Amino acid sequence: MATLELSLDETEATPVRRRRRLGVLFWCAIGWMVLVFAVAIFADLLPLPSPTDMDMLERRAPISAEHWLGTDGLGRDELSRLIYGARISLIVGLCAPMIGVTIGGALGMLAGYFRGRFESFVVGSMDVLLAFPPLILALAVTAYLGQSIFNLTCILGVLGIPAFMRVARAATLTLARREFVIAAQALGATHARILLRELLPNVLLPLIAFFLLGVAVTIVVEGSLSFLGLGVPPPISSWGSMIGEGRESLEVAPQLAFIPAIAMFLTVLSFNLIGDTMRALTDPRQGAL
Amino acid sequence: MLQAASDPLMKVENLVVEYSVGGKTIHAVSDVSLEIARGETLGLVGESGCGKSTLGRAVLQLRQAVSGKVLFDGHDLTTLKGESLRKMRRRVQLIFQDPIASLNPRRRIGDIVAEPLVIAGVRDPEERKRRVSEVLSAVGLDPTLVSGRLPHEFSGGQCQRICIARSLVLNPEFVICDEPVSALDVSIRAQILNLLEEMKARYGLTLLFIAHDLAVVKAVSDRVAVMYLGRLCEVGPSEQLFARPAHPYTALLIEAIPVPDPDVRPTMSVPVGEPPSPIAPPSGCRFRTRCPRADARCASEVPELRVVAPGQFAACHHPLI
Amino acid sequence: MNGALLSVEDAVVDLPTPRGNLRAVDHVDLAVGAGRTLGIVGESGCGKTMLSRAILQLLPRKAKLSGRVIFDGQDLTTLSAEKLRKLRGRSLAVVFQDPMTSLNPVLTIGTQLIETIQEHLELDLAQARQRSVELLTAVGIPAPEQRLTQYPHQLSGGMRQRVAIAVALSCEPKLLIADEPTTALDVTIQAQILDLLAREQQRRHMAMIIITHDLGVVAGRTDEVAVMYAGRVVERAPTPALFKQMRMPYTEALLAALPKLDVPPHTPLPAISGRPPDPTRPLKGCSFSPRCRYSAGRCSTEKPRLSPAETLEHLYACFHPIAAGSGA
Repeated sequence: MATLELSLDETEATPVRRRRRLGVLFWCAIGWMVLVFAVAIFADLLPLPSPTDMDMLERRAPISAEHWLGTDGLGRDELSRLIYGARISLIVGLCAPMIGVTIGGALGMLAGYFRGRFESFVVGSMDVLLAFPPLILALAVTAYLGQSIFNLTCILGVLGIPAFMRVARAATLTLARREFVIAAQALGATHARILLRELLPNVLLPLIAFFLLGVAVTIVVEGSLSFLGLGVPPPISSWGSMIGEGRESLEVAPQLAFIPAIAMFLTVLSFNLIGDTMRALTDPRQGAL
Repeated sequence: MLQAASDPLMKVENLVVEYSVGGKTIHAVSDVSLEIARGETLGLVGESGCGKSTLGRAVLQLRQAVSGKVLFDGHDLTTLKGESLRKMRRRVQLIFQDPIASLNPRRRIGDIVAEPLVIAGVRDPEERKRRVSEVLSAVGLDPTLVSGRLPHEFSGGQCQRICIARSLVLNPEFVICDEPVSALDVSIRAQILNLLEEMKARYGLTLLFIAHDLAVVKAVSDRVAVMYLGRLCEVGPSEQLFARPAHPYTALLIEAIPVPDPDVRPTMSVPVGEPPSPIAPPSGCRFRTRCPRADARCASEVPELRVVAPGQFAACHHPLI
Repeated sequence: MNGALLSVEDAVVDLPTPRGNLRAVDHVDLAVGAGRTLGIVGESGCGKTMLSRAILQLLPRKAKLSGRVIFDGQDLTTLSAEKLRKLRGRSLAVVFQDPMTSLNPVLTIGTQLIETIQEHLELDLAQARQRSVELLTAVGIPAPEQRLTQYPHQLSGGMRQRVAIAVALSCEPKLLIADEPTTALDVTIQAQILDLLAREQQRRHMAMIIITHDLGVVAGRTDEVAVMYAGRVVERAPTPALFKQMRMPYTEALLAALPKLDVPPHTPLPAISGRPPDPTRPLKGCSFSPRCRYSAGRCSTEKPRLSPAETLEHLYACFHPIAAGSGA
């Protein structure tokens, strides 16, 4: 007598999808992100003046119909530079953590799953990487390979690997001891299958949350490097280099430093907000009694 | 030795499992031999840390044995590797104590139960779906309602039904149940025990039933093996073993069970203390430090399993019968 | 109930959850006299732990409690936080299921014991230390002097639970609440810990509440048992009466579902079908009616009240009770 455990009325009693309030702040963050991404992607189609055209007669012009956000110290359109700068900041900000999450995540999962000598090797080499002063590394690489967006992305990406490795390894270590992994082993699943089907979906969640945090941090770091003149080569604009250039005229035209700073602040804040909400939303155990 | 029938499906010979934790060697299973006949349920009881779960996992080759053999249907599993071991594993399945932890929280029930079929190479999705539906209905769940859901939407008892379904979908011959009901409430526990019995009859299973609760073990087992600190103390037919235990440890375990009867005043006849550590087990008989009958011989000589009654074996120098 | 050390009157605990209000404890009345032992039995989610938290006034922040909890003449629900803190540990002590989490892992056993003693009793360090050694001896810990310098993780589960009991007993409480004290322990250790609790209870003449899911644990060691189901007490009786002349079908079914040693193997167990109701969606009638084999008529439309059987001590909540004499 295999009694039916789940009757129909019970199904109605427990709705499968529960709606959760996301809050105004979350939607504001989403709105800002959509705006930033849209203008960055369609920058070429927008009726903008060139971000590199200098107009020496209109240096540090105030806000006007022609220049919506004024011009910078070299007479370049500030709005245009801000939008093209968003491109650089987003490309570097997304690609660098992507390198980190792929390599670091894979290494971390393998280390946490197989343990043993491989794990010691991975953890050891990450410690070496962490011990290297990041600024010196950035300096050395740009001095040797030259300043370019690609090089900058690679440096920031490599610097992010240890952190992602640690997150992935910690998550894998706790998950690999869980019984569903042993159950898969007992079923005769191959290591690849266990890693991809059983572990990856569970490790992905903390990794994505950390990825969004990584994006926020990378945008700030890229800004700092560009501010120091180690980032993208001029005349390409990035938010960091714009703040750096604006610093020179802080007393005369403070908006030149503040406008990119505000853009960066809002973007970083939005990434963090979305990351937190996503983590809360996708936790399968939330709301379960 | 320890034969129950002439046709053992699973035969464990002198199995030794040791592993190190923090540089110290834990003697989890020491020289254990067992036979399980086709269609039989062997109950394996012991307190936590006695090595009963490790033994179950070593049988499945989820833990490497130091020495000894695990013969399943004539094949020594300890020497099999790669594809041949994976093939053999399909005939031997495992059910765990914590049903919720043994289901991947991010996969749907339909996929979880179909997973063994995918691994075993059943390519036709229709065929997989049919077999998943069949086995889910068998364990008392409605496949259409259950398949698309995630594990956290189910209670512990329902998750254990899902685990049982997953272990049965490949039509195994031998199932190791590792404390399958100890995480469940009393009213659910009886349902799952009945379900296991029903499934055993329906699928013609042979069971190794590992538990710490003697009453639960007795309810389902033909024969019972009692384990203490990595060694077998006593093996025998359930009724006989519970009626006339030969090993003092078996007697102690039976005495310690709380009986739901207010007239039975539950007091331990002797102060028995705590079990020693499996890192440095006592010499000779491992139970001697808590045994009221222990003497000098128990400290120097390891007792062998000997016949004490027809079909009943005990490893004790001073058996109770 | 006059003369009771603790009486719980019409206690209701509501917990807000994302799925709606969860009524964890539903109009519960209980009383324990000095020197008596009450067992509270129920399955997980029946509200027994929330009830014990309500008595201790240690409910989760969001929970709402109504009703009265009168301990030693004072209503705990109206007491200030400071007075409550003094009361807990001093005259109201608790032993939890998992001693690993109830003991602080970074403090030695001696520190934890001595601090508790010094906080509530006016003793100097030497006296408190002396008392700690006495307590550890009383709970059956060998070499107590050395144990004082050890950390919880250096002890086995059974030893840790003994230490937790020693901490609870340190200030001579009037009431000890043991919440699943042996669930995490092995059978042979469980029997010893239950013996220890019973011995100390008699010696100190304290009242004790044992909360458990195991009917076997309460059978020989309590004076009175309350069976809980879906937040309500469904039967309450002196222990012998409960086991011998149970009236509530749930009690009967729970006892029948236990595997027994005197039954031959492979006997099908009389299982209770289905599972407990969702506590966020209370049923209109008796909560047990969907699983009850005697359910009929008004069981599904009306909630039975807890009413006395032959004696005033034996209470049950059922429209179709098991006839007296036919139980057990």
